[in-house]
Amino acid sequence: MFRDSNRRQFLLQSVTGFSAVWISAQWPALVEAAEHGRLEAQSAAQKRLEFFSPAEAIEIDAISSRVIPTDETPGAHEAGVVYFIDRALTTFAADAQAIFRDGLPELQARVAEVFPQIAKFSGATPEQQDQILRSFDKQAPKRAVRAFRPSPGAETFFETLRTFTIAAFLLDPDTRGNPEGIGWKLIGREREHVFQPPFGYYDKDYPGWQPPATQEAEKDGAKK
Amino acid sequence: MIVDQPKYKTSEEVDFVVIGSGAAGGILAKELSTNGFRVVVLEQGPYLTSADFTHDEIKVLQEDLLTNKPKLQPNTFRKTPADKAVRQRVLAYGRCVGGTSVHFTANFWRFHEIDFIERSKVGAVPGSTLADWPITYADLEPYYTKVEWEIGVSGLAGASPFDPPRSKPYPMPPLPVKSSGVIFERAARKLGWHPYPAPMAILSRPRPGRSACVNCGFCLGFGCEVGAKSSSLAAAIPAAEKTGRCEIRPNSYVFRIELDSRGRAIGAAYFDEHKNTHLQRAKAVVCCANGAETPRLLLLSANKLFPDGLANSSGYVGKNLMLNSGGVISGLFDEPLNDYKGYAVSRVLHDFYELDHEKVGFYGGGGLDARFDFTPIGFAVSGPFGGLPPDTPRWGKGFKDAIAHNFTRTMEVFCHGTSLPVADNSFDIDPDVKDAWGLPALRMTYKDHPDDLKLSNWLFDRGHELFDAAGAKKHWGYPAAEQQFAVHLLGTCRMGKDPKTSVINADHQTHDVKNLFLCDGSSLVTSGRGQPTMTIMALAFRAADRITALAKRGDLV
Repeated sequence: MFRDSNRRQFLLQSVTGFSAVWISAQWPALVEAAEHGRLEAQSAAQKRLEFFSPAEAIEIDAISSRVIPTDETPGAHEAGVVYFIDRALTTFAADAQAIFRDGLPELQARVAEVFPQIAKFSGATPEQQDQILRSFDKQAPKRAVRAFRPSPGAETFFETLRTFTIAAFLLDPDTRGNPEGIGWKLIGREREHVFQPPFGYYDKDYPGWQPPATQEAEKDGAKK
Repeated sequence: MIVDQPKYKTSEEVDFVVIGSGAAGGILAKELSTNGFRVVVLEQGPYLTSADFTHDEIKVLQEDLLTNKPKLQPNTFRKTPADKAVRQRVLAYGRCVGGTSVHFTANFWRFHEIDFIERSKVGAVPGSTLADWPITYADLEPYYTKVEWEIGVSGLAGASPFDPPRSKPYPMPPLPVKSSGVIFERAARKLGWHPYPAPMAILSRPRPGRSACVNCGFCLGFGCEVGAKSSSLAAAIPAAEKTGRCEIRPNSYVFRIELDSRGRAIGAAYFDEHKNTHLQRAKAVVCCANGAETPRLLLLSANKLFPDGLANSSGYVGKNLMLNSGGVISGLFDEPLNDYKGYAVSRVLHDFYELDHEKVGFYGGGGLDARFDFTPIGFAVSGPFGGLPPDTPRWGKGFKDAIAHNFTRTMEVFCHGTSLPVADNSFDIDPDVKDAWGLPALRMTYKDHPDDLKLSNWLFDRGHELFDAAGAKKHWGYPAAEQQFAVHLLGTCRMGKDPKTSVINADHQTHDVKNLFLCDGSSLVTSGRGQPTMTIMALAFRAADRITALAKRGDLV
């Protein structure tokens, strides 16, 4: 049932793409990783990879850039998501390393299967990349994707990467992650934490509380 | 934290040891110490203050900065007693000084008259242990008023034609309306319903040492940095400390209530933060550990006199768990509401508080409120618990466009309703799983009464009607599903006249142990229509009066 509590529980389970046990054990390090990602994104000179090889990082960056693409506004690439994930896998999410170690090659295998002329995911066009990823997205409608051999490893990998990308992109920029508030700017969440009414379009002309009788009388008056 | 708190020795017999410092424990600590008693409050969590609070949703929601720690405190779940429970997190409650009142949403309406006498009015409900309370709304009314004035509740008396009678107006006006509230109010009135400014335990006017609400929007799940939320931490604990008779002892995890050979409570045994054990002696014990941990503690305290659990001669300890029913319908509008600003709920309606059961075909009642309580990550992670419509792509340009457009243009109608007590629904202790202190873990057994699910779906239909009337661009929701996660922890040591079918009497005194009192969500006999904290605090003020009278009469020593 969709209550506050269950939504919170869902968030606990879904933000990470792993398990609740994993999350509770690993969030301090996730926070650390987010901070690391922010610093890395802010300073090109500090961009260091600890888990991925440079070649793998290019692939991870390419995949997360399909989750939140760069268009007229910044996306996962600009938010330094690949560095966040790299840090995660060498700290709190070390037990998820296998998901990436197994999943990425599985994903690349499908690239070779579907587009034999393309060596790597990052070498495909965005449309080709989306076609590959849709074939792993269990919950998305499988439009125009032919039946492939099942690949649970790559599915888990993609779901993990998807949720990591969203979390890294929308963390409170005043605490950790989400460099320069890129993600919050996109969704229209102002960075301040003190606001005054009116807050939005629908309350800006609110005349103040009126008991229903008054309003009904006014409405009747207007009709006449 | 006040530095001149007394430091009682554990061997020194104080008047009261209060277990838990939340909505009930904080109030009892304040009232009992103000009435001249020496009080030690044992709180399992840390003593955090405004300076520790943050809007970092990872730290707060994922790391459980303010809440129970599933890694240290594992839970198990099963649907019925015939099932084997499996390990899963079943609940969230406040684990810090102030308890759940620190991070709650602060919806704060009173129960109505019907909630106390519903069994008599509607008769037996098959499959339910529905019962009347031993007290009525009239008994509790002075204490509801006391809560409003003492802790600070904003609202508008007389704005809802369905409100129960009250002896005094609210001490301060309602908080400013949000766009979601305006949309809700206009649409509800079109439908002939009666929306009104939501009563909230959030200050609309400053009080000494506490700011009025600054509209940061981080209420649900978060502690208030400016003290505007009227938690026990902000509104009761400081007064308790000021008496010079109350010691708040954080990081103190009670694992047993000890009895003497005469069957009287002599104090509470607890682990300190280094896992050393102590026994705090007291003339009487007041357990306010919440509707899950109170029954668990009584079961952990089984002894020769009470082999089935302390104060459990009725067998009702832990039983009749109620969670409240309901859920969310979401709507999308053309213009920005910016509903992340402000606080959660600015309008509510209670036209459906008492449904005609024969007409609708099920027992129950409830209401609707207008809200937005998402944090950014929670909103964007798609699925039924996120803020995006179900047909939104989960990634890619369509996803990015949706979060960019919808975050400021979405609101929710939250449906809140009754939960029927069912004997098998319970909190007890797991036979196999242990917590980090080696104690049996909390086990939840729960399967919604069918009427609770019917009511939820009925209320969801009203939510959709409201969004239609509001001209929402789109609105969506999901059918009610069985609950497996709890935040409202109600009914598990119910109050009653008959010791065979209840755990405490109307004075919150256990039927079995004269100087042991229980006061928290476990005391409730019915669930109201959601949002129980106001009633828990009112019960705590009343319990303090009753306990004080008994103590002054010499009945507790």
